[in-house]
Amino acid sequence: MVNHLKTALLMMSVLLVACATPTKTPISLYDEIGGQPTIEAITDNFIDEISFNKDIYRYFEKTNITRFREKFIEHLCVDTGGPCTYTGDTMLKVHQGQKITETDFNLTVDLLVNAMKKAGLTYAQQNRVLKVLAPMRGEMLYK
Amino acid sequence: MRGKHIKTVMVGGIFLCATPIMAAEGKLLATAGLSQLEGSGGGGLVPWATLAGYDSRDETAASLFITDVNVTDYRLTSMGVATSLYDRVELSYTQQTFVLPASLVTGLSLDSEEIKQDVIGVKVRLYGDAVYSLYPQVSVGLQHKQLDNDFVASYLGAKDDSGTDFYVAATKVHLGAVAGYNLVWNLTARATKANEMGLLGYGGPDNSGYQVMMEGSIGLLLSPNWVVGMEYRQKPSNLSSVEEDDWKDVFVSYMPNKNVNFTAAYADLGTVATQKNQKGVYLSMTGYLW
Repeated sequence: MVNHLKTALLMMSVLLVACATPTKTPISLYDEIGGQPTIEAITDNFIDEISFNKDIYRYFEKTNITRFREKFIEHLCVDTGGPCTYTGDTMLKVHQGQKITETDFNLTVDLLVNAMKKAGLTYAQQNRVLKVLAPMRGEMLYK
Repeated sequence: MRGKHIKTVMVGGIFLCATPIMAAEGKLLATAGLSQLEGSGGGGLVPWATLAGYDSRDETAASLFITDVNVTDYRLTSMGVATSLYDRVELSYTQQTFVLPASLVTGLSLDSEEIKQDVIGVKVRLYGDAVYSLYPQVSVGLQHKQLDNDFVASYLGAKDDSGTDFYVAATKVHLGAVAGYNLVWNLTARATKANEMGLLGYGGPDNSGYQVMMEGSIGLLLSPNWVVGMEYRQKPSNLSSVEEDDWKDVFVSYMPNKNVNFTAAYADLGTVATQKNQKGVYLSMTGYLW
């Protein structure tokens, strides 16, 4: 009997804790995926993916990779709701003149997905990152 | 003969799995969709706005498919080829073989237990990209169908042994929409005279003009390779002699790569040519040649 009561109380407290959780302010995607270290890991993995893909690397042959890394981290941080400021050029300016085809764009999305997977993001988290990035496609394609 | 065709397609499919380098890869995985019963790119029952291939606007694609629907009293096999050009135009050719139950064959003293129908499809993408554009991707298409033998159709009172369906379809993928999982939906409006997709002819005593039917699909991508969903296809009822019901199914699709996909579904076709409660398994495979 006492045992039952204890179990019931324990269950009750677990339920109350469960009730309390949603009232906290929702954490940003940035925090959920692990903050700055994860953003940096995604970026480093992405650079790695690009450097081993000859179709995509040709767009980066003249790129200053140190600067690219820094600005990409800032951008991804801002996109996912992190505490950063983007100090780079607009997406249009960055991609203009490169004549990026749809095939290469989608291939690069695949590389970014690989980079996120390697950084430990779940499938759902990968989708949510892509969702924030997707609207920028118009400034990248065939410019 | 039919068995031989199936074998050829199956062997072709296995061959495709083994040669991944040939495929057009310009679209994201799963965005080529599946092969629809009448050969158009789509879901299983419903043609979608997406085209039947992984071609981007700089590429072409070609695919072949086989679908087998095995319900209580009937069996339908659909086999076809489709090509998609620059993510703009889709052309398809499909042969459907509808196998009737022995009771109907003897009852009507039919020469053959099979009704065959050829379907030629054309689809044009008018607007958008299902994944990236703000509004859904929109396409228009037609499916021209011809029965090889009109005996059953005319016996039941159908007016014609051939007909053309016209449709407009809208498809949208919402990234991360359901707890982070991608949601895809499609809505299609089809103008048609077809009785049971045309297998029982076109038009009839109750109605011989075009009617607009609504068709819809919804799916959830559980991973990059697995999709679950359901479909609904409204149907006209032109023949007073045989009742016709709307079709529905629940499906699961597996897309291991951009060369092949497999779909299994549970379909409920209602009453088909006097036989009630036609439910059963729908199996389909698409192989992408390039």
